[in-house]
Amino acid sequence: MTTETDLKHPTNTKTFRISAWLGWLIQSNWTDPFVFAIYSLIVPMAGAAILVVMYMVIRGGNFSDPDFLNIFIGNAFSHLANGVIQGVSYGILDDREHYRTLKYLYIAPIRIPVYLIGRSVATVLVSMISVILILIFGVVFLHIPLSLASVNWGLLLIALLLGMICFTAMGIFLGGWTLLIKNNPYDLGTVVGTGLFLFSGAIFPLSVLPTALRYLGYALPLAYWYTLLRRALLGEIGRSFPMFTGLSDGQLVLILAGFALLTGGLALLTYGWFDKVARDRGNIDMISNY
Amino acid sequence: MQTEISKQTGWRLFVRSVIGRAYPRAVGSVRDLNFLFFDVLMPFMATIGYVYVYRALNAPEEYIGFVVLGGAMMSFWANILWSMASQLYWEKENGNLALYIIAPTSLMSILFGMAAGGLIATTVRALAVMILGSLIFQVSYVVTSFWLLFAVFVLTMLALYGMGIMLASLFLLLNREAWHLSSMLQEPIHFLSGFYFPVKALGFWPAALASIIPLTLGMDAMRQLLFAANVDFGFLPVELEVSILAGLSVLYIAAALFMLRYMERLAIRQGKITDRLS
Repeated sequence: MTTETDLKHPTNTKTFRISAWLGWLIQSNWTDPFVFAIYSLIVPMAGAAILVVMYMVIRGGNFSDPDFLNIFIGNAFSHLANGVIQGVSYGILDDREHYRTLKYLYIAPIRIPVYLIGRSVATVLVSMISVILILIFGVVFLHIPLSLASVNWGLLLIALLLGMICFTAMGIFLGGWTLLIKNNPYDLGTVVGTGLFLFSGAIFPLSVLPTALRYLGYALPLAYWYTLLRRALLGEIGRSFPMFTGLSDGQLVLILAGFALLTGGLALLTYGWFDKVARDRGNIDMISNY
Repeated sequence: MQTEISKQTGWRLFVRSVIGRAYPRAVGSVRDLNFLFFDVLMPFMATIGYVYVYRALNAPEEYIGFVVLGGAMMSFWANILWSMASQLYWEKENGNLALYIIAPTSLMSILFGMAAGGLIATTVRALAVMILGSLIFQVSYVVTSFWLLFAVFVLTMLALYGMGIMLASLFLLLNREAWHLSSMLQEPIHFLSGFYFPVKALGFWPAALASIIPLTLGMDAMRQLLFAANVDFGFLPVELEVSILAGLSVLYIAAALFMLRYMERLAIRQGKITDRLS
């Protein structure tokens, strides 16, 4: 039974649960489930297919080559990283500009970052399913040597958890930033996503980049995350990828945990600041230009 | 004092409407320098990613040129999806569509204006990406025929923007699906049209199917004309691709005219085309 206290002070859990359900409905109810499933799969599959054909054109059809396997795994999980970052940040724009409900959310007794995280759950779930299906596609059609028995599940789960914390925090930071942008805020998520993809070592080792740009990659959590995932899923093949070869799994986990703490703290601090400035400037119910 | 207003009719009205709608796209968009960041840097960054994949795979240098060209042409596809096909949907969302419909000019002139302005602005952006990419990655071009290259570009753009006008009418039937459909047509078309690799690599029938997107044949022909040293990556002979592109131009412009008339009839019959339903 809902009490008066519940309505005045809904808990974070309740905010999360209801916003997750809302996010799911918004994400999926524009069409029937079949079209939604195709829509959710076709985009990440196309991204993977581009890399498969690029590899095929240059190296032929040897898909068990370590270079290909490491690229394939990195690309598959990049959808999850982008899904989390953009899912969290995009919700605030969608509510402000499309549904024009952000002002009502602001006067509701809820914590907006908690709402944003909940709102993104559907996007994250869809991204996770996409990753799994890309991996299944790789195993079935490209015969990549990936088996459930050989996966280091502990390392995989730790990497996924720490990565989620980092990307959620980055999404909250981005969401706060979009509150202040007057022109093209819809493009910000894509720009940041593309930039992070470039400096992440997802589809090529950071050593290919010019030295200055390489250090940008080292300063972000993504490269460490992809390295851990490769090692968890591919074992020695993952370790052969020329990124952080001098660091052990434990050291990489510690670095990623440090990033999780840092990005989490920064996200909370900066969101508070963005939020204050946005309120002062009257941006909460603003419609941006594009 | 009475000001005399000269009322334009016929083709003069059509041309002035085209110029009027093209102006904010070609000139207005450049006034906000954000475009350098969002419309030049963004496609360029996406392009760089694929350049480095080829570098990591030790690919021959001409493949870097393929990616740079694909990255530049990507701006046109993004413009078609987000600023042509989805435009009337955005206008409906913002409440401007009703103003377009009651304006004393034809909707076709407005769509032509959108296409003309978009084409000019996007060509500037695509050139910026191309020049930047060519300089940074030291891409060298060997142009075999400037005239043929020019003809391929013009025909590709005619067919592409004809397709854009046609899609704008179709998207008017949609609500939230319009946004999702544009998203869905982005990366899969990058794959099918061979933005980052020669489309021939897909095999004959997939490449033939992908040729309904004018950029597929346009890019293939441009690559053959710009990187002549390795003509064996071409999908079809350039002359044949030019003929098909000419056919596609006529087809899409005719389809655009038909679709727009159909939509106007539907709008009158149903009376709810400007409703914001989502």
